[in-house]
Amino acid sequence: MTRLQEIPWVEKVGLNEPAAQSQKRLQSPGRLNLYRLAWLRPLIESQWPQFLIRILTLAGFVFTIAGGLFGSLVGSHNIAIIFVWIAWWTALKLVFIPFGGRSWCSVCPIPLPGDWLQQGGVLETGRRRFGLNLRWPKRLRGSWMQSGGFLLIGLFSAVTLTDPQVTGWVLLALFGLAIGLSLVFEKRAFCTYLCPIGGFSGMYAQTSPLEVRIIEKEVCLRHDVKSCYQACPWGVYPVAFRDNSACGMCMECLRACPSDNLALNVRPFGTDLGRQKTSTRLDETFLALVMLGSVITFAAVFTGPWGWLKSAAFEIGSLSWFGYASAYLAINLLLLPAFFSMAVWAGQKFTGTWVSLKRAIATQAQVLLPLGLMAWIAFTISFALPKLSLVLGVLNDPFGWGWHLLGVTDIGRMVNTAGISMIFQMILLLVGLFWSASVSRKLSAKSEKKSPHLNLPVLAFSLIFTLAMLWLLVG
Amino acid sequence: MTDQTPQKKQLSQWWQWAILSILGLVVFFAPIPVRATAPTDRIIHIDARRFEYDPAILKVNQGDRVTIELVATDVVHGMAIDGYNLETTADPGKTARLIFIADQPGTFRFRCTVTCGNMHPFMTGKLEVGQNSLLWRAIAFTGLVLIAGVWLGRK
Repeated sequence: MTRLQEIPWVEKVGLNEPAAQSQKRLQSPGRLNLYRLAWLRPLIESQWPQFLIRILTLAGFVFTIAGGLFGSLVGSHNIAIIFVWIAWWTALKLVFIPFGGRSWCSVCPIPLPGDWLQQGGVLETGRRRFGLNLRWPKRLRGSWMQSGGFLLIGLFSAVTLTDPQVTGWVLLALFGLAIGLSLVFEKRAFCTYLCPIGGFSGMYAQTSPLEVRIIEKEVCLRHDVKSCYQACPWGVYPVAFRDNSACGMCMECLRACPSDNLALNVRPFGTDLGRQKTSTRLDETFLALVMLGSVITFAAVFTGPWGWLKSAAFEIGSLSWFGYASAYLAINLLLLPAFFSMAVWAGQKFTGTWVSLKRAIATQAQVLLPLGLMAWIAFTISFALPKLSLVLGVLNDPFGWGWHLLGVTDIGRMVNTAGISMIFQMILLLVGLFWSASVSRKLSAKSEKKSPHLNLPVLAFSLIFTLAMLWLLVG
Repeated sequence: MTDQTPQKKQLSQWWQWAILSILGLVVFFAPIPVRATAPTDRIIHIDARRFEYDPAILKVNQGDRVTIELVATDVVHGMAIDGYNLETTADPGKTARLIFIADQPGTFRFRCTVTCGNMHPFMTGKLEVGQNSLLWRAIAFTGLVLIAGVWLGRK
């Protein structure tokens, strides 16, 4: 078992946060503790509702893999494509992340068998443990590998999103990897360091209006057993939470706390954003830029009118695919990081503010989160909304074998959402820009010089990104 | 810097938001000047092949009588135009026609309606009828949004 003192981030966290500041944060009038609601508390307190949902998602996951591997090769007639890339993806982007942060992680089936193996039972925690229970290597920490995983998906996205068998194999590989890693490393190593979905869910969770937080820090510091930490399948200590990114919303800490000192708060959107960062870690910045680069590339490939680009992204191994892959990697690894770094540097030069450039970049990366989240939602609406009717089709015939489980025929047509969809996309992109500008202003106000001009180059970066997305989706 | 009383400051902010909202309404509803052109007959020939229409971007004026000749050069392809409720299917080597009056201005996606391969759901093109006023309004809005986010949003 990892000792608390060994947790790398624990010394950086709020343990030296002034008590008054802590109290101010906790007594913020903008929060409502859902765990205190009489009708909701039993649903959170009992493990059963969550367990039943996870069993359902696990069954659905296995069924989806089977559909991918053995069902029709036509994507629009196969549950693996329609359920994963249309239904689940839309729900993740439009509901789970913006309103619940990492709430999908709390019902995700992928880590379930690994959890059972590690805890030696289905609902018992910590009775006996299988596996080596090693700590994750220090040099592999952070979200670098999650960014890499997302880039890998991006390189093969045209095939993964359209070929049921590939989708089936990818899901199976993720499942196997999660189980394998749970036997070697402690806690949820796969979810924390490798899962590409977990990476961006955690990052964008900072914008969400739901949080798990401690109520009184002193109560936690006096409690030497740290039962919340012991119970947490992610291995995080709630006292250390400064934002939502590490919390998987599993509620185990709320259940384990003997002092009832944890809260499930509803708060204003984006509460975590606008803080000056003390860390110089750039992994989250890189992930935020990869998400921007990916959404702009996917919007061009999947919703643009350029057939040659679609073919290039699809024909893996061809010369044109190498061109596509090179351009995709150049955008994500070179162009966006370079432009964003230059924007932050220019902002510093412009106002004569000099903090460490790495720290400034890590801080300014918060501006990219609402921008990226809204761009992903707009993109998801553009490609998924017309195809939502296909969900009914695959429920009727999940494997594309001519079944009529719902007893209906001819339900495979796309819905015409042309006018309303474009207006929605425009509004979402504008909300993203407004939100980013607000975060930028908040950061300026908290900077040493309190200059209103500090972030103008970063705002220009956001503006150019928004205009590019508008051109791709609405143009 | 002048010291303002909280009431004055609040009033000033209220006015700024009001002006911005009025500007927003103007951007949303103001007619965009369009160069008047007499309606003409347009015949557009499109080759449809795996995941691609050629040409994929069609530009016509509002009121034009448009004839689209769709030729599938490999497998069966279809074409449905969002917003116009029009659809046709072309067998390989044969020409299918869509004839319509381009009476609705704006930009519309058209899509393949026959499963033609993995990337079929993303086989799309674009029909531009007159100016894309939504895009121009959106661009104008970005300016207002930036002003709102940076200038008016300050405490």
